[in-house]
Amino acid sequence: MSGSVLFDVPGPRAVARQRVYTVAAAVLLAGAVAYAVIRLEQNGQFEYQKWEPFVSPVYIEALLVDGVLETLKMAFSAILLAVGFGVLLGVGKLSEHWWVRRPSWALVEFWRAVPVLLSMIFIWNLLGTDKESSPYWAVVLALMLYNGAVLAEVFRAGVNAVPKGQVEAAYAVGLRKTQVMLAIQLPQAVKIMLPALISQCVVALKDTALGYVVLAPGLTYVARLIYSNADFAQNQIPTVFVVALIYIVLNLILTAVATWVQKKFVGEKKVLEVPMVGEADPKQLPTL
Amino acid sequence: MDLFWEHREAIALAFAYTVLLFVLAGIGSMILGTVLAAMRVGPIPVLRWAGAGYVHIVRNTPLVIVIIFFRLAAPKIDLKFNFVDIVIPTAVGDIRLNNIFAACVVGLTVYTAAFVCEALRSGVNAVALGQAEAARAIGLPFAGVMTQVVLPQAFRATIPPLANVQIALLKNTTVAGALGVAEAFIRMRLLIKNNPAELWTLFIGFALIFVILVEVVSFVAHRLERRVRIT
Repeated sequence: MSGSVLFDVPGPRAVARQRVYTVAAAVLLAGAVAYAVIRLEQNGQFEYQKWEPFVSPVYIEALLVDGVLETLKMAFSAILLAVGFGVLLGVGKLSEHWWVRRPSWALVEFWRAVPVLLSMIFIWNLLGTDKESSPYWAVVLALMLYNGAVLAEVFRAGVNAVPKGQVEAAYAVGLRKTQVMLAIQLPQAVKIMLPALISQCVVALKDTALGYVVLAPGLTYVARLIYSNADFAQNQIPTVFVVALIYIVLNLILTAVATWVQKKFVGEKKVLEVPMVGEADPKQLPTL
Repeated sequence: MDLFWEHREAIALAFAYTVLLFVLAGIGSMILGTVLAAMRVGPIPVLRWAGAGYVHIVRNTPLVIVIIFFRLAAPKIDLKFNFVDIVIPTAVGDIRLNNIFAACVVGLTVYTAAFVCEALRSGVNAVALGQAEAARAIGLPFAGVMTQVVLPQAFRATIPPLANVQIALLKNTTVAGALGVAEAFIRMRLLIKNNPAELWTLFIGFALIFVILVEVVSFVAHRLERRVRIT
């Protein structure tokens, strides 16, 4: 069995019964899939014309270059900026001075609660909707603000997770506050944060799809070009399947990287838990 | 500020749509997510794999793509939402529930359910081993173990992460706006378009309303958490 808490090793009768359930469930699921495929076929969704863009080099190139590459570019610029912003806010929230702590707290709360789409449209209008580069930066900056706020909490949790003795020892050998933060707490916190950081990359990558509303480049934009092209006879379904598949593959690769990094550098079994969506409540974050 | 007062009815109506999307998809995702979680921890391998497959596919797909599927793609294969248009008259205007609205509710439900499922699953795994064993020892079948012993405790342990998932849903309702529901995001976009000079005011105003809504949800979650806590 799966090692679930809910079961012990089943006896022969239970095994037989479960086998029957398994077959029944399998038949039911296979039936559902088959029905879906038949309906798709009946509606002509497997026509070559509808799938043509995904086997023609021009569109494959468009998907990979204008889609995947742009999406990755946006996601990584957003994450890089978000790390900077997040560390800044995180350090701010840990500050001893209330006039640094309070504004940092307010900024984190604000950007975490505001829907990314709202900030995206705002920044797009701020930069000027007629400029060619503004959709790209609207996506990147909106994601920076949102993910930065989330990462600030992650960073704070990371710093708090550094054993207290480390800090005390550093003070004891005569390091100053800044030195303790830079030389002792920050490197260890970053190590603890690393897997959570990569998970946040998945979130950023997925959220670049919201660039849809500001006409930003990326996979979703390419998808729109393809399914609104009259030549392909309204191929929304094939397009959604293909684009979703690309996103899934990208994210699974990222998740695999996260797992590997965690094993290699952190050596802990449990990821520092961050909500996938990022509404981390400081009280709910694990303090390890 | 005048702008908000001038458009107060339209803004109230927009947030009524937002809240309605949130409530409907919230309830839907809780139901679907619970079923998926039960599948994932249950004894039947095929259902376990199906549940895991669902979660992996949906969780790694952007919400926009999921909603585009239900809003634009699904109707092409007769998976139409033949929804009888419902008009709810309110003091600030009519709320129209049509096919677009239904498609967005379904999309949000399907997407959020994956996260609800994972939150619940971790809650189920957090329930002490002895609880399930004791329930099995007195002869309860799987369904009984789940519904009477494990799930009630799992829900309690899962309130904080579930609240996070639902808050994410609240913010995600804006995506439905981008695909044709007249909710808060679209209203803000329209107002910005007509009053470009008031960009800052409009953004901060709408953002603060969202901050308040998020605070309300987390307040309710905290209250709930306190009430069901074992002391």
